[in-house]
Amino acid sequence: MTNLKLELKEKIIEQLNLEEFTVADIADDDALFGDGLGLDSIDALELIVMLDKDYGIQLTDPKEGKEIFKSIAILADYISDKRAK
Amino acid sequence: MNENLLFSSPIEEFSAFIKNASQHLETKYPKFFKMDNLSKLAFLAADVLLKHANLHSDQENNIAFILSNKSSSLDTDRKYQNSINNVANFFPSPSVFVYTLPNICLGEISIKHQLHSENCFFIFDTFNANHLWLNAESLLKSKKAEKVLCGWVDFDGDIYEAFLYLVEANGVFAHSPNEITRLYKS
Repeated sequence: MTNLKLELKEKIIEQLNLEEFTVADIADDDALFGDGLGLDSIDALELIVMLDKDYGIQLTDPKEGKEIFKSIAILADYISDKRAK
Repeated sequence: MNENLLFSSPIEEFSAFIKNASQHLETKYPKFFKMDNLSKLAFLAADVLLKHANLHSDQENNIAFILSNKSSSLDTDRKYQNSINNVANFFPSPSVFVYTLPNICLGEISIKHQLHSENCFFIFDTFNANHLWLNAESLLKSKKAEKVLCGWVDFDGDIYEAFLYLVEANGVFAHSPNEITRLYKS
């Protein structure tokens, strides 16, 4: 799980062009949107593409995205859960 | 700016050049690195000009935009096309798609400087001073803008170029097609 969280931080920094952040700047429980990393709606779409492309998980319900993209910890839990099924 | 050199670098590769330039010119804007290359180029050039334009800090600034180029948003269009070419690896990027129009760079500048003004982006084969002059004069004379930020911002592959100028009543240089052309070529 720790590896997955690290991997997600690296992917998010690279794919969302967060030039001013390093992995060490992102805590597992930091908010990804709003006051945390300050991601926006386009970033949310990019995360949905990332889930599909890199983890084979397709989100069809936008409300689901709102919940699972709250933090790295929640996103990692979601991916692990989906992989286990 | 105004014939003074603000930044130079031996590195011509765009990503490294624009990153160094944005740091040197202190363009502290978190969304900067999310932009496509054309928007980064237009945004940085405009930001430098507008920072030195003595804008009103307590009221809205009515600054219109008339930008132009040759390559439109083709560089980003190709990048997006590449992400959808392969049916077996079909993952179109939303963050690339939003920049597949050249006038998006005007939106980025407007958001940063909170401008709600007239703007347009023209595509020409070459720099067209007459067209920029005519449109800027029209906006100023009809009082649709107090100032007009005009110019040429082109990006395609390894070739990029930005030339911007701000037009207002009683400016530093005369506003004429000949003077605009002279400044562009200097």
